[in-house]
Amino acid sequence: MRNKLMVGMAALMTGPLLAQAATLDDVLENDSVRCGVNAAQPGFSALNDEETYLGLDTDVCRAVAAAVLGDSEKVQFVPLDSVERFTAIQSGEVDMLSRTTTWTSSRDTGMGVNFTGVSYYDGQAFMVASDLGVQSAQELDGAAVCTQAGTTSELNLADYFRVNDMSYDPVIFDAPEQSIIGFEEGRCDVLSSDASQLYAQRMQLSDPESAEVLPEIISKEPLGPAVRQGDDQWFNIVKWSLFAMINAEEYGISSTNVDEMLDSEDPNIARILGQGDNYGEAMGLEADWAYNIIKQVGNYAEMYDRNVGKDSDFAISRGLNALWTDGGILYAPPIR
Amino acid sequence: MSVRPNARPGGQKPPFWRDRAKRALIFQLLLVAAVAAFLLYIVGNTQANLEARGITTGFGFLSNTAGFGIVQTLVDYSSQSSYARTFLVGLLNTLLVGGLGVLAATIIGFTVGIARLSPNWLLARLANGYIEIFRNIPLLLQIFFWYFAVLRTLPSARDSLAFGEAVFLNVRGLYLPEPLFESGFGIIPATFLVAIIASIVLVVWNKRRQDATGKRLPAGWISLLLIFGLPLLALVATGVPVTWDMPALSGFNFRGGITIIPEFLALWLALSIYTASFIAEIVRSGIQAISHGQTEAAQALSLPRKLVLRLVIIPQALRVIIPPLTSQYLNLIKNSSLATAIGYPDLVSVFAGTTLNQTGQAIEVIAMTMAVYLTISLVVSMFMNWFNARVALVER
Repeated sequence: MRNKLMVGMAALMTGPLLAQAATLDDVLENDSVRCGVNAAQPGFSALNDEETYLGLDTDVCRAVAAAVLGDSEKVQFVPLDSVERFTAIQSGEVDMLSRTTTWTSSRDTGMGVNFTGVSYYDGQAFMVASDLGVQSAQELDGAAVCTQAGTTSELNLADYFRVNDMSYDPVIFDAPEQSIIGFEEGRCDVLSSDASQLYAQRMQLSDPESAEVLPEIISKEPLGPAVRQGDDQWFNIVKWSLFAMINAEEYGISSTNVDEMLDSEDPNIARILGQGDNYGEAMGLEADWAYNIIKQVGNYAEMYDRNVGKDSDFAISRGLNALWTDGGILYAPPIR
Repeated sequence: MSVRPNARPGGQKPPFWRDRAKRALIFQLLLVAAVAAFLLYIVGNTQANLEARGITTGFGFLSNTAGFGIVQTLVDYSSQSSYARTFLVGLLNTLLVGGLGVLAATIIGFTVGIARLSPNWLLARLANGYIEIFRNIPLLLQIFFWYFAVLRTLPSARDSLAFGEAVFLNVRGLYLPEPLFESGFGIIPATFLVAIIASIVLVVWNKRRQDATGKRLPAGWISLLLIFGLPLLALVATGVPVTWDMPALSGFNFRGGITIIPEFLALWLALSIYTASFIAEIVRSGIQAISHGQTEAAQALSLPRKLVLRLVIIPQALRVIIPPLTSQYLNLIKNSSLATAIGYPDLVSVFAGTTLNQTGQAIEVIAMTMAVYLTISLVVSMFMNWFNARVALVER
């Protein structure tokens, strides 16, 4: 009895120190990556009929699982709302956050998290009812605006209306579902959020034709995965998992041709697929880390097209999210 | 005479570990030391970990710019205000809905509680039905009911329900005309104050006169007349120095006047109606706790029925009613934090919600929020305890 007590006390004393240990070890021990995602944001993270999370954000989690554990299905998705998300990553409840989270200086420097890159370049926009006859966001003086609590949208909104010397009534909800109901039932004239989310929410309206998204984009919203600060190894793994997908698209490696590409003469492709030198070793991974990502999840284009792009309901064009070689700003450092 | 076998000759004291009182003292000291060490360890560990993870700590964030808008503010606020200001705005919104909720719940609760004991069969059944329905449905559902099922079915801003072109009701809320006071209006609150002081003097004088001579004036009615009549007289005499700012439809919404947002209405209705059903039961039990013999005794002194209630039953019933009533008031105030579910900008929503998320300083923000609820509850408790002591039975 006394011994048990002593062990308990010792565990209590050292517990917080253990939590500081490498995230990679925790992930290997659990044999799954705990990933904080949206509960319901079609295109980025939403449950399908088989109760599986699908979307661009969830595929980023799967890529990390493929790189670390060799199996993209070894992910434990933790749905978080926008208010909970930072506390969840800070406290170690999740290993990584991939939840349409905007990379800003204050979040990157003051909240104990590090953003590992940009998985989707977004911007904030406005959706209004078509029958209002509003053509531009400049005509929104005095409008009631629905948006979500604890988001950068809430801040951008205040800035935009102040700069343009207009007034507005903020109607702030915790969950995006409530914002849509508020918009449909007329509690607010305008729904404001990241453009990608607005297109998805428009599809959820009972009559999508009754609303339109205004052309103005009022902010920069680089969305990306984030990890806890202070674990550089894990930071590198999450960062390079995304870079591997972007590099794969650039060099034309996809889930369908990756096996043929193993024999490629192109040294760039050989390096990505771990033929020859092992570029995963320094991160604590196997040589086939990128191969697993591409084989099981696909390259960036495949991920984009099936979730939000041309093969999805939303059909959002690549725009800024095209490769730098195709007129976009997607650019990954080389693997070598 | 028997001698205890372990009694030491010469009254020698036993060693301290044999002395029960000293042993108890030592164990208590050890426990206090252990608890203190544990707390110190927790605080130190938290600080070390926050530092190791690069999370900003301290209360410096309170002077940073908040940068977001709030729909209902009782004090001046803009997105350029500081987080300290958002704290104040949230606190006042919580106090507003809590204060008005306590007021409405008390009025409804006492009315329903007395109606429940009415000899009128229909009235008593209705009161009973009210209590059983609203006491047994979870509060959050009632808030959703008022917000989504009732207030959301109101017409849009353009098809508002209008009451005499001055009051408008639509899905965005209730719009009322706002009185704007012109110079010279100051005399009206002044006469109001004078009337209140005069009423207090009258009541005290009346009581003394009654004690001395047995005669009494209807002081209540005279006071009422004074308090409302005098300011009204002053208002007419000064030529009504008030103009009204009327709400009018312009652009998307009504502008001008006072706006009562639907989130507030839904929360206030739900809190008042829910808590009133508990208060009604407390009032009923309080009145029923007084033995019928008290009424009969009072009637035997040929007191009129009104005075039996006022001088005999209610003062005794209050002693039973007040302690549980205090708990209900505290519950109502704490339950107001459910506001965040429908987006009413209370302390939990704007401070423990948005502010926490923008700053990421969970420990500081949550500690401040908890301290606020604790303080409000303790103040209400203190007041009610004081009130309870005043009406408590004075034993002679």
